[in-house]
Amino acid sequence: MPNPIEQYARDLSEETREAVRKSGALTTGQRVEILQKDYEDPDALRRLAGEIKQHTIDHLDSYLEQAEASLTKAGAKVHFASDADSARQCVLGILQQSDVQRVVKSKSMATEEIHLNPFLEKQGIETVETDLGEFIIQIDEDTPSHIVRPIIHKKREEVAESFEKHGLGDYNTDPETITRRARVHLREKYMQSGAGITGGNFVSAESGRIVLVTNEGNARFSMAPNKVHIAVIGIEKIVPRDRDLAVFLNLLARSATAQQLTVYTQFIKGPRMPSQPSGPEEMHVVFLDNGRSQILGESCREILRCIRCGACQNVCPVYRHASGHAYRAVYGGPIGAVLSPLLGGKASFPEYADLPKASSLCGACREVCPVDIPIPDMLLKLRHKGKKQGVSTPGSFPMAPFATLATSPTAWRTAMTAARAMNYLPMKLAPIKPLRDWLGDRTLPKWRGGDFRRWLKTRKGNNADA
Amino acid sequence: MATQSIERAVNTEVQLMMTCLCDAFYAGVAEATVRVLEAAGCRVHVPEDQTCCGQPAFNGGDFESSRKIAQHTAKVFSGDLPIIVPSGSCAAMHLHGNGLQFENAPDEGQMGVRSLAKRTWEVCDFLVHGLGKTTWPGRLDRRVAIHDSCHTRGSGTGAAMRTLLGSIAGVELLEIGQAEQCCGFGGTFSVTFPHISTGMGTLKLDEVHAKRPDMLVSGDMSCLMHLNGLAENQERALPHCHAVEVLAEALG
Repeated sequence: MPNPIEQYARDLSEETREAVRKSGALTTGQRVEILQKDYEDPDALRRLAGEIKQHTIDHLDSYLEQAEASLTKAGAKVHFASDADSARQCVLGILQQSDVQRVVKSKSMATEEIHLNPFLEKQGIETVETDLGEFIIQIDEDTPSHIVRPIIHKKREEVAESFEKHGLGDYNTDPETITRRARVHLREKYMQSGAGITGGNFVSAESGRIVLVTNEGNARFSMAPNKVHIAVIGIEKIVPRDRDLAVFLNLLARSATAQQLTVYTQFIKGPRMPSQPSGPEEMHVVFLDNGRSQILGESCREILRCIRCGACQNVCPVYRHASGHAYRAVYGGPIGAVLSPLLGGKASFPEYADLPKASSLCGACREVCPVDIPIPDMLLKLRHKGKKQGVSTPGSFPMAPFATLATSPTAWRTAMTAARAMNYLPMKLAPIKPLRDWLGDRTLPKWRGGDFRRWLKTRKGNNADA
Repeated sequence: MATQSIERAVNTEVQLMMTCLCDAFYAGVAEATVRVLEAAGCRVHVPEDQTCCGQPAFNGGDFESSRKIAQHTAKVFSGDLPIIVPSGSCAAMHLHGNGLQFENAPDEGQMGVRSLAKRTWEVCDFLVHGLGKTTWPGRLDRRVAIHDSCHTRGSGTGAAMRTLLGSIAGVELLEIGQAEQCCGFGGTFSVTFPHISTGMGTLKLDEVHAKRPDMLVSGDMSCLMHLNGLAENQERALPHCHAVEVLAEALG
């Protein structure tokens, strides 16, 4: 059985693959350009950001307390949700208390993670995504395939068809027309809703300020006309001080979309003040754990530095070939290959234990990560965890015999010479399917085992150390 | 992912770690490494009991197996001489991988493994940043495309290879596009993910051929083995060799 990601990549249309690959390659190139143009040593900035985040998660208990106090002082109500279900129930409770029937949502990976929309819909609460990409995902009953570009896997013709099907105008593939139609439709939704739900890119423990970045301004619209604002935020999104935001905001947009800054950057401190003409009267912050504090206690805790920029997805050659949906979970690409097996409880590990295998360990993800997460190390640790727990995934090769050979020098030397027989065997007919598959696309060089050792022995001033 | 910042042993008496790939397939690369090191004034020892750095097991997540191999390697390469490797990947195993797989192991369990990280050099990195060589003699009229192997990210190898090859009279270095992309080998990765791996390698070959080089050069034979294996199958093979083979050829 092939690895599921390999299978997904095989079945993926060339058109989709090209779209994903080109977008990844383009943004990867632009990211390097903009960082190098603006900073003498972008890597120093990445390391600094990584250190700030690592410090924060190493002291998350106290920063979380501080954030709670600051948010409360600013007039927000703080809730803690240990898992996806309690987060959903918490949001539902808030909505019911204010008798909210309709909700508008700004793009949020945390709410994707807890599958909030289908839950609220089932409870009879109309829930509308207002980010254009997420809106298209929603009407198509699809899921996002990229953290920042949720519909990178879709063609504009497909979008035009969906819009036509959902009464959003005649078939039209012009992006501007599509955007204008969505805009008109969504303006109504903003005005009809009773609550706005957002995520949060950062929370300052010092001030209780929440930072939201968007390029469409939809987070502002989701909040401004509504009585209630609910922000669902992973507990790892905290930074110690407001001034730390300078580091992260400078890195986030450049890493995600090669922008110096996103079009909209909102700093939200509490609900509407009496002096303000509009804005939510109630503000709720739901801090989501969902496995995060478990990760804190394990060996992959650095993954909690992640600021969800998607740069690792853009640069990853496996992601580019397979697309985000191949990873079967909310987060695709290298970040998903680490997060999915760790988030959301015990079942995640056997379920997603194959994901860390989907990497050549090339390290491109680490090179672009704005918070310097050693992603390849995490992938290795998770592979080791799988091996230790005896979780068998496609591509688990037994290595113990190899270790025996590699620690028995005499046997090793004999095998090196004996394997020359390979040169005379029809390897493409070998009764080992993975080897046959490999050789289907590739030739092997001639086996020359032992040649170098023989050469050493024949030369003057013999270098061989017995 | 080796880092240049590590202080490492420098000496003109060195130990050569030939790598299992050269032991099995690329005797010429190991020979060239000896010749190049000797030309640079080194006396080269080649411990006979050497086998493999353990990376295949390590990458598979079988740290129990790879630790055993690392301990064997530490025993074979005991002493304090620099260990020179014609592979950025195997060097990275000593410089970084061992630290990871022995992270929570007691000191006594490491049996000299830590010392490997203080002595191991990829060969070009050693010539330039260890011995201070910045020029290489000889003349070769060639357009040379350089493929940086993934495991040399953040190490001194890329710059060192360019310094040495670029200093040979007549050599024109060519930088290939999207250099940060992997060749698709990744050891067992290419076996478990043959379709994705082939796709990655094919894109890499497109970028290489776009520069119309006379030859493709890298510091890792594993990448070249993979790329050439694909290229032959796609009937667009081009001459390929390890950087030390170019240096050895320039010596005449």
